[in-house]
Amino acid sequence: MTTAYERVQAARQKGRPTAVFYIRQITMDFLELHGDRRFGDDPAIVAGIGRLDGRPVTVIGIEKGVETEEKIARNFGSAHPEGYRKALRQMKQAEKFGRPVLCLIDTAGAFCGIGAEERGQGQAIAENLMALMGLKVPVISVFIGEGGSGGALALGVADRVWMLENAVYSVISPEGAASIVWKDAGKAADACEALRMTAQDLYGFGMVERVFSEENGDFTKVCENLTAALSQEFAALSALPAKELTARRYEKFRKIGGDEV
Amino acid sequence: MISKEHFKRPNNRLEGEQEPKVAALDAQDEQDLPVLVCPECKAAFDRDVREETDFVCPRCGALWQMSARERALWLADEGTFAEMDASLECADRLHFPGYAEKLAKTQRDTGEREGVVTGTAEIDGESCALFCMDPFFIMGSMGAAVGEKITRLFECALEKRLPVVGYTVSGGARIQEGMFSLLQMAKTSGAVMRHGNEGLFYVAVLTHPTTGGVVASFAMEADVILAEPLALIGFAGPRVIEQTLRQKLPEGFQRAEFLLQKGFVDRIVPRNEQKRELALLLKLNRKGADR
Repeated sequence: MTTAYERVQAARQKGRPTAVFYIRQITMDFLELHGDRRFGDDPAIVAGIGRLDGRPVTVIGIEKGVETEEKIARNFGSAHPEGYRKALRQMKQAEKFGRPVLCLIDTAGAFCGIGAEERGQGQAIAENLMALMGLKVPVISVFIGEGGSGGALALGVADRVWMLENAVYSVISPEGAASIVWKDAGKAADACEALRMTAQDLYGFGMVERVFSEENGDFTKVCENLTAALSQEFAALSALPAKELTARRYEKFRKIGGDEV
Repeated sequence: MISKEHFKRPNNRLEGEQEPKVAALDAQDEQDLPVLVCPECKAAFDRDVREETDFVCPRCGALWQMSARERALWLADEGTFAEMDASLECADRLHFPGYAEKLAKTQRDTGEREGVVTGTAEIDGESCALFCMDPFFIMGSMGAAVGEKITRLFECALEKRLPVVGYTVSGGARIQEGMFSLLQMAKTSGAVMRHGNEGLFYVAVLTHPTTGGVVASFAMEADVILAEPLALIGFAGPRVIEQTLRQKLPEGFQRAEFLLQKGFVDRIVPRNEQKRELALLLKLNRKGADR
């Protein structure tokens, strides 16, 4: 039995494939498109168009970087508002041209810094939540590593939310939860359990539709499985009228915590 | 995250550090005591002064924090506030250690079931749906019940073709409800979007402090965003940013005035102007024939 803490460690493991690896494996003819047309280009978010099993798709991934220099350049996968606005721009173009959207999520969280606040980190995330709720093309979000709070949710309002076996998704980092609730950041392992943040927990809550095996670390195989599943699901979702698609998406999130008494 | 220090009730004179034994009095007893002390300038006043001065300190001008219910009753025309979902409360789905006890104590101390009060009201004769978050209920955090009540309010407003007025104050998503609280950001955003798609008006008033998941959802999704003077408004709390960057933040950072300058807030409105400005905005945003 793998503990939640072990899953968190696996999700953060050095050498674990990051978004660009999946983009290379899953898509053909991928063209990266830069910038938010407002402020700048955030290297923490990679966005562009490619083909998935022949079908043009928009792909938006949060990229942590692999080597140290790249990690620094990509701010370790913690996006600024311009990153979320770049994502929004690509989502809107996907809608305009009738392409489905694939989001690949791997972030400790949206960046907490002076520039991020000055440029409206909260507003940028909020705008994406509304935009995704109403987007008239299919959206599938795959959690490939860490899913850190609002910074992950900003790309996670989707028709299908899938997670890899060792991916995690939480309202706050376990370290943050431990220091706020128990005033002891050292209790992070306990917080991992208490937060119920593993893919298996969230599948049990009905927040995630599918959990993918990591094939004992054979991530090329994982990508083959993902490609087949994405191709099939995008075909099925694309057959739905836009109104039906967005209504179902709304209902899916509407029912979470909807049975309060 | 932000600290408990941001959520200060105007204190009873007897609550201060000098006389700790009285601080243990429960909320009901505090209400009965005649004197209150401004948490900013420490001046003592008669309790009745709160309503007379719109909950603003007559000596130093500090805005005293208001409970959700105080806010709703202060804002709504007398006798017009009709509460909805008053009995709705959260479920401890994760069995998060200590949460059930914390919730029970908070409910006892505040007399509220949850961290937001919702209903319909009139403001200077203008009908609206109204929500007010409560700073004293686990730091105004958003759990599943808060998200559910706000979602239901927007759905009700959509059905009744009403505009929404929302007062926010929040430390963010409620940790103890895990992903059930995070996903309320998506749920409420969906409800705001549907309401807005029908051409209906939503105005938010951001009060001190409004942070985290609430800023990153319905607080920043309003057609018009007002803020109270000096309110702390931000995605990340100042302490988290200081820890991340290991540097002190500039004076006035993340205050309402700063957000106004950066273009994220429409207007800063003092307490005694809020009712008039909200009513005016409701009137100006009425549709065609109703105007």
